[in-house]
Amino acid sequence: MAKEFKGRPVIAGDITGEAVVSRQGVNTLATFQKSALMKKKEVICSDQNNSDIYNKPLTGKILCLPKTIGSTTGGMVLHTVSALGIAPAAMLFSESIDSLAAAGVILADVWTDSTIVAVDRLGDEFLNYVQDGMKVTITSDGTVTVE
Amino acid sequence: MNYKMKLTPEEEAILNGSKGPAMAKVIKTLVLYGDAFGAERFVPVTAKGHLVTSFGISVLKPVFSIMDELIDGGLKSAQPFTVDPRPIDYDNVKCNLIEKLIFNKILYGMQKPYEIQLKKLGLKSSKSFTCTCYMDEVGNVPKKGDVLSWAESSAVVYANSVLGARCNRNSGIIELFGSILGKVPEFDLLTNEGRKAKWIIEVKTTRRPEAQVLGSAIGLKVMEDVPYIKGLDKFLGTELTDSVKSYLKDMGAATASNGAVGLYHVDNLTPEAVESGEALINDDAKVYVIDDAELERVKNNYPVIWEDKNARPERCFIGCPHLSYSQLGEWAERFEAELKKQNKTKVVLTTIMTSAPEVIEHFKKDNKVAYDKLISFGVKLTSICPLMYMNNPLCGKKPVITNSNKLRTYTTSRYFTDDEITKIAVKGGF
Repeated sequence: MAKEFKGRPVIAGDITGEAVVSRQGVNTLATFQKSALMKKKEVICSDQNNSDIYNKPLTGKILCLPKTIGSTTGGMVLHTVSALGIAPAAMLFSESIDSLAAAGVILADVWTDSTIVAVDRLGDEFLNYVQDGMKVTITSDGTVTVE
Repeated sequence: MNYKMKLTPEEEAILNGSKGPAMAKVIKTLVLYGDAFGAERFVPVTAKGHLVTSFGISVLKPVFSIMDELIDGGLKSAQPFTVDPRPIDYDNVKCNLIEKLIFNKILYGMQKPYEIQLKKLGLKSSKSFTCTCYMDEVGNVPKKGDVLSWAESSAVVYANSVLGARCNRNSGIIELFGSILGKVPEFDLLTNEGRKAKWIIEVKTTRRPEAQVLGSAIGLKVMEDVPYIKGLDKFLGTELTDSVKSYLKDMGAATASNGAVGLYHVDNLTPEAVESGEALINDDAKVYVIDDAELERVKNNYPVIWEDKNARPERCFIGCPHLSYSQLGEWAERFEAELKKQNKTKVVLTTIMTSAPEVIEHFKKDNKVAYDKLISFGVKLTSICPLMYMNNPLCGKKPVITNSNKLRTYTTSRYFTDDEITKIAVKGGF
């Protein structure tokens, strides 16, 4: 059954994709660094402290999370993986976006040819409902449909 | 472009290209950033900058492209800036041939060209590579109330909490943009409201808590919220001495890395707590009590992620964030006592202590006795970033121990308290 959630578009866009879900804060540097360093064509999450998404592919996925955590290199890392074409297609935040993730998606939007769609304030119910592999459709007004 | 921030006519002109396309993109980025957090206006940056990105890591090509675009556009930071530590120092942190090859050719192959870019954009000096730019020796010490455009979580939390400056937890690149524009969007920790505490931390331990574990416990509990810490003045006193500031530096770094704390207040000690006291606490603040058992619980929950959990440690890093002048002296005394106890003259484990270049110079000049002791004990002093050294697949596999909760959090290194790590380093194992 499809369920609709309404959030705030930080970087608006219309996109459909497959959900990968982290119930805990995503440490951007720890998640992306190994794949980026090894110049992989696809990001596999390398954060051993995050059992929700560790070892899962993230490139082109809809990453659902409460917020990002960790080093202040976070925004720069997101911008880099976006420029390299290996970022998630979208990031859906149950909470208000944090300053590091906001920096990353905005830098990607302004300084690269690619975009990471970002919607925040989707609420706890969204993060409780969405599961790995579910189909997620995002529209530019911040509506997120999960089925 | 649609935006909500209220821009001055000059800012609007910049957005429309009056200072060139690169500057237009800089301000556009900052306007979108401000809008995401409901900022209404820009406020001037009133002190020097500090950048988190100090490493010429080849994969960051897109970052170097931005730097080139800024330089080609004739842009430079309005005030000089300091930057996080360099990643390598072959003289003091030995590497084998394969490691050197990988560091030089693959990982940090862009270090030299990147440092040239930094210089062109306003780097303070070739010695300005440290995460503790706020040390007197380094000369980037903001005043209370200064508005900053910094990144580096441990520096931001120190500047906000211990110095009473005002800075958000900015990401790399954003902090450079704020320095170039000379303005930052006003939100969160730049506002009085954003500096109020959502948590009361009651320290009820029987002895002075280990700074790194206390910070970790607080960070893990409050995440990005502002905590007001009571009961710590009982152990630290009410004066910001060098030793107390060093304690707060380490505690703060752990709150910022184990959680995402950008500001904490310590009752009767940090400047805003001294000035306003409990008026800084929100009415609906939650309470977290920390006693000996809670600290033990937090410490025991740190995962050991070495491939061989029983491996003999190969290397010990002390000083993340970089050690202060007083800490260098304290470590000399600590090692001297333990060597005597174990009837040894040198540490067995490769032990590397990190500190800012200018702090090491100060230590070498004004506390030569302690400096000579540390060197004679076989301890290496360097100014690299242990996190950048460790944060790669090659070094990440080594069994490394540290007294830094930040290094533990971001790498495979294993945490031990100051006393524990001294014993292990001298003995060469567990």
